[in-house]
Amino acid sequence: MLTHRHTQGDGVVAVRDGAVAIAGRPILRGIDLDVRRGEFVALLGPNGSGKSTLIRALTGLRPTAGGSVSLFGTPLAKFHDWPRVGFVPQRPSAASGVPTSVWEVVASGRLTRRRLFRPLLRHDRAAIRDALDVVGLADRARDGVSTLSGGQQQRVLIARALAGEPELLFLDEPTAGVDRANQEALADALGLLSRRGATIILVAHELGPLEPLVDRVVMMRDGRIVYDGPPAGRDHAHPDHGHHHDAPRPDHLPQVSGPLDSPGAR
Amino acid sequence: MPLVDALLIDLLGLPFMQRALLAAVFTGVAAPVVGAYLVQRRLALMGDGIGHVAVTGVALGLLTGTSPIWAAVIVAGLGAITIELIRAQGRTGGDLALALLFYGGIAGGVLITGIAGQSPQVLHEYLFGSISTLSTHDVAVTLGLAAVVLLVGLGLLPQLFAVAHDGEFAQVAGLNVRLYNIVVAVIAAITVTVAMRTVGLLLVSALMVVPVATAQQLTNSFRTTLIAAMALGTGASVGGLLLSAWASYHARISPGPTIVLLALACFVLTWPLGAWLRRRRRLLTPFPDSEPATHEVADGHPHTHSDDCGHPAIPHGDHVDYVHDGHRHAPHGSHYDEH
Repeated sequence: MLTHRHTQGDGVVAVRDGAVAIAGRPILRGIDLDVRRGEFVALLGPNGSGKSTLIRALTGLRPTAGGSVSLFGTPLAKFHDWPRVGFVPQRPSAASGVPTSVWEVVASGRLTRRRLFRPLLRHDRAAIRDALDVVGLADRARDGVSTLSGGQQQRVLIARALAGEPELLFLDEPTAGVDRANQEALADALGLLSRRGATIILVAHELGPLEPLVDRVVMMRDGRIVYDGPPAGRDHAHPDHGHHHDAPRPDHLPQVSGPLDSPGAR
Repeated sequence: MPLVDALLIDLLGLPFMQRALLAAVFTGVAAPVVGAYLVQRRLALMGDGIGHVAVTGVALGLLTGTSPIWAAVIVAGLGAITIELIRAQGRTGGDLALALLFYGGIAGGVLITGIAGQSPQVLHEYLFGSISTLSTHDVAVTLGLAAVVLLVGLGLLPQLFAVAHDGEFAQVAGLNVRLYNIVVAVIAAITVTVAMRTVGLLLVSALMVVPVATAQQLTNSFRTTLIAAMALGTGASVGGLLLSAWASYHARISPGPTIVLLALACFVLTWPLGAWLRRRRRLLTPFPDSEPATHEVADGHPHTHSDDCGHPAIPHGDHVDYVHDGHRHAPHGSHYDEH
């Protein structure tokens, strides 16, 4: 295993000419991306630019229409080493239809490393406690998730991904709708993980307190990568200046609710 | 009352009553297990959808002269998988898929029963239950199927919980989400068939969902909700059966509706308690630790607050604020500050 890793080098994520289509419409085109071990990458871009779609393609949630995606040197189709990957999806809340404790949500992240019909072992519990410590919610473990604030719930979702002790962590808009104090708590957690050697790829609208952690910014626009390099303010002008003032972009798929609708005519 | 007790003990000595009790216990334990996963995914009505589809299964059993239970298991299972696939496919959402199967199932069932030359009265015992007419074979099938539901529903709890809580996360964690969703659909179909003879196809879902709804008034974790719901489900089905048996000396009382109404009564009694506890919890949550911008003294405050003055004392930083009439009053020397 070790020699194998040596031959594949430090590449954690590799995309060659990646393309994703949704319902036949090409969304992502010509994506080339290499992420090395330990990098902290931010995917930026306006709404509808394909940031989340790219994350979903990298995690196998969205099939690619062309090109190749590999994780840890293995093509995605043959990749089964999911315990090495953590994922924080974009969700409005960590709650569901039945009351759930913070501990239970975080413990479900440990499933990647548990066998069927086997209870939580001591090291599983230790990993769950550590994940809660990292996001600063150890004292809320027994509380119901729905009693937490939105920002705290986001941190619970991050702890859930951490419980599986991933080497590669994908986060889809972890800072969306989260206040400054919680963004800072989140940045502390991600900084700690990064120092422990994890590779982090996150989608964000604005970096905020995450900015000092980011090694590399990948800017997307209309399904293509338009910038890939160091974050703004270090040695480049802000590549994304003023994107909030852009005209609203159409979403990936035009709304067609009936066969006689003409898309876009509203 | 001693007469009543004697009657009840007599009843318990009757073999049909013992069979009914066994079926009630197993149905009551197993149904809320599946119900918890359905409620977790906000698909509380799925049991109803499957129940309606099972009507067609029962009718097919009557038409072909085979056991209605097994025909119902198979048809309800196929229906449940169909609901799951429609839900997973499009953005249509689960509710529309459920609605379509509701109508197809019940219309098909009534139509086929007619073709089979049976009167709609035959369907009645499946629609509303007939727990007192169970044969030994029926009871054995009920126990076997309920055991399967419990084994799968509790044995795979971590996986089923994760998939129902957040399917995308579970998929990236390497779980076969579609397979687990189908597992839930199939055990839901089995539960519907198990409960068919106890409470009837039209009331099946109540035994799955109502105990969960009751339990979650007072719980804050999935595991305690599940355990409490299983206890409540068993209590309701056994209690409802005994209640109807006892009352049947006075009036014609069917066990199925009695069980469901007893479960609902538990909910009605628990809900105000849950609402009060939630309100209290919200009220007594400490205020964020921030100093008010200005020092504002509450004027004209003859009342003296204390630990037992009746006004909620809520922690605020290093002191407490007394809450009354829309104000937060913090003791400051001989007066109160507006916080």
